[in-house]
Amino acid sequence: MTVTSLPHDAALSARHPGELGLRESATFDRATIADIQRAAATGVYDIRGWGAKRSVPHFDDLLFLGASMSRYPLEGYRERCDTDIVLGDRHASKPLHLQTPVTIAGMSFGALSANAKEALGRGASEVGTSTTTGDGGMTPEERGQSKHLVYQYLPSRYGMNPDDLRKADAIEIVLGQGAKPGGGGMLLGQKITERVAGMRTLPVGIDQRSASRHPDWTGPDDLEIKIGELREITDWKKPIYVKVGASRPYYDTALAVKSGADVIVVDGMQGGTAATQQVFIENVGIPTLAAIPQAVQALQELGVHRKVQLIVSGGIRTGADVAKAMALGADAVAIGTAALIALGDNDPRYAAEYAALGSAAGYYDDFQDGRDPAGISTQDPELSSRLDPVAGGRRIANYLRVLTMEAQTIARACGKSHLRNLEPEDLVALTIEAAAMARVPLAGTSWIPGAR
Amino acid sequence: MVTLIGTETPAYVPAASGATATLVDLAESTVRDLNQALHEPHVQGEWTVTNSDGKHSIAVGIDAPVSVTIEGHVGYYAAGMHQKGDVIIRGNAGVGLAENIMSGTVHVTGDASQSAAATGHGGLVVIDGNAGARCGISMKGVDIVVGGSIGHMSAFMAQAGRLVVCGDAGDALGDSIYEARIYVKGTVASLGADCVEKPMGGEHLEELGQLLAAAGRTEQPSEFKRYGSARNLYHFHVDNSTAY
Ligand SMILES: Cc1cc2nc3c(=O)[nH]c(=O)nc-3n(C[C@H](O)[C@H](O)[C@H](O)COP(=O)(O)O)c2cc1C
Repeated sequence: MTVTSLPHDAALSARHPGELGLRESATFDRATIADIQRAAATGVYDIRGWGAKRSVPHFDDLLFLGASMSRYPLEGYRERCDTDIVLGDRHASKPLHLQTPVTIAGMSFGALSANAKEALGRGASEVGTSTTTGDGGMTPEERGQSKHLVYQYLPSRYGMNPDDLRKADAIEIVLGQGAKPGGGGMLLGQKITERVAGMRTLPVGIDQRSASRHPDWTGPDDLEIKIGELREITDWKKPIYVKVGASRPYYDTALAVKSGADVIVVDGMQGGTAATQQVFIENVGIPTLAAIPQAVQALQELGVHRKVQLIVSGGIRTGADVAKAMALGADAVAIGTAALIALGDNDPRYAAEYAALGSAAGYYDDFQDGRDPAGISTQDPELSSRLDPVAGGRRIANYLRVLTMEAQTIARACGKSHLRNLEPEDLVALTIEAAAMARVPLAGTSWIPGAR
Repeated sequence: MVTLIGTETPAYVPAASGATATLVDLAESTVRDLNQALHEPHVQGEWTVTNSDGKHSIAVGIDAPVSVTIEGHVGYYAAGMHQKGDVIIRGNAGVGLAENIMSGTVHVTGDASQSAAATGHGGLVVIDGNAGARCGISMKGVDIVVGGSIGHMSAFMAQAGRLVVCGDAGDALGDSIYEARIYVKGTVASLGADCVEKPMGGEHLEELGQLLAAAGRTEQPSEFKRYGSARNLYHFHVDNSTAY
């Protein structure tokens, strides 16, 4: 968000308020005060990018136990720890075979610049993983640069067409997103350039609000028929994913399996977005940590864990996060925000420009605004030319390699010859909340709150 | 495999022009067989499908200059994502008829259920009878001509294309509409947010005349009223907060 209050007196602000003995309200903290002032000044709710900024139980609240007397570790470098995964072999004749379980999440051309999309495709292809289109159709650049491209099928159906459907390597039916389960897409006028408008069949420069429900099906019984149609159109070749925002993952996963999905994508509430009401981002959905065990339980009860693959997203930053998600039962993860950071988002080198926008490196979340100094969440030709897609692709590939190697480091320490072999027994929780949500014992105890 | 009746050539071999129609009996063949045959390279000619029995996803993903006649009722998504060819359904159609159609024509002689021609990008969809709710929802360039009436929330968020209704329209017609144009001969139960009646210009009478002719209708363009976007919701504005 952008600060709208007046600049304050320099002399008074020279001393830290704490030194003066002033106390900040925990209820009305400075961010809350700024929000109220912004609302009063504009009369429109705050729309921003990024994901939830509040603190919620997360992967940081879990630890791996590692090897011990009874568990042998694997020798780093010498003993293999494989990372490849197959996605979509339940019904599709051409499943995806990826070299690393870290995939790139769906982010639209429109939200992101063409250069950013191309860089994501280049980086993902270099390490043998997939990238995903978004709420704006498939661009030739990203198709050309992506070895494995997942094509999103969203309520808006912007740019949806059977030619691109047949060009895709997999189809992802999007029901929801962790940042806004139950919300439709948004793209503000600054970013609806001629090219973006053309791809979406919209007037140039409008503030786009798109549908939150699919136009031609509602509920799991219809979804089954819809999946059948998409399979018929593509002759049963393509894996079909179903993506849900984490809200009722146990039921959503079970119903998606019943509807015939090959892969389920569960996106936790911390998941990023290009533009959503702040009130939505911060208050709807459940944390990634709480969602994974529920989804895994549904898959296990239906006897399809590992047969219908689970991709988890929302707040994945490190190889430890990857390993923890997989230990809890995910087959793969997807990254959005972290990939943008790898491309240069929130880089301190743009500090002066962030300040000019009323933000700061490390705080910038105005992806909706189209003035991104890093050239990522913009359609401005000058700004987007700052991002070299080849160099950006290399950064993405580097980052994906680090995530993979970090996850392998942990898996070897736990004696696992494949990342997929990590299991909940390898984990303990640091807090009671995390223990209850992740369903692993509180460290040093055998206590899993809520376990029967 | 498609079971062939009335022709010696296998279904997926292009029938020479002038050859008799390829007959696919869905009591004998599966929908999968039919669709696979229709997706084979260089497919063309006349096809007749019998015993459709309300099955789903019949004749979806066509991308060839074929002419397919379905003798009977169809279920969901008949002729979904259609391109190039012509599909005639002699019966009623279920949910999502010709959803996301790109080009070509789809013609239903009976009624169509909800979301007919939803998100269609091009082509022409003709429904001789009535259409249910959400007809032309999120349409993106398709032309739709309905001989009877349409249900509520039709042309919701309609972006482009033309919707012609020879009967009446249900509640909330054209809610949050963008640049699509709607022509209704009968009454409109209510207009949705930002949808207004607009004057009929010469160019509108002309395009409506062409659409009616293409659909084989006898109504006169002068009998219709035009509806479209007031364009008041194109930008977020504090004064529109009750409409969001
Ligand atoms: C800029 C941006 C654009 C996004 N666009 C889409 C989209 O078009 N469709 C979608 O399903 N999710 C979209 N997402 C959500 C991501 O696919 C993913 O669920 C989320 O970013 C994962 O969480 P993370 O950002 O913490 O890694 C977007 C996210 C960002 C940051």
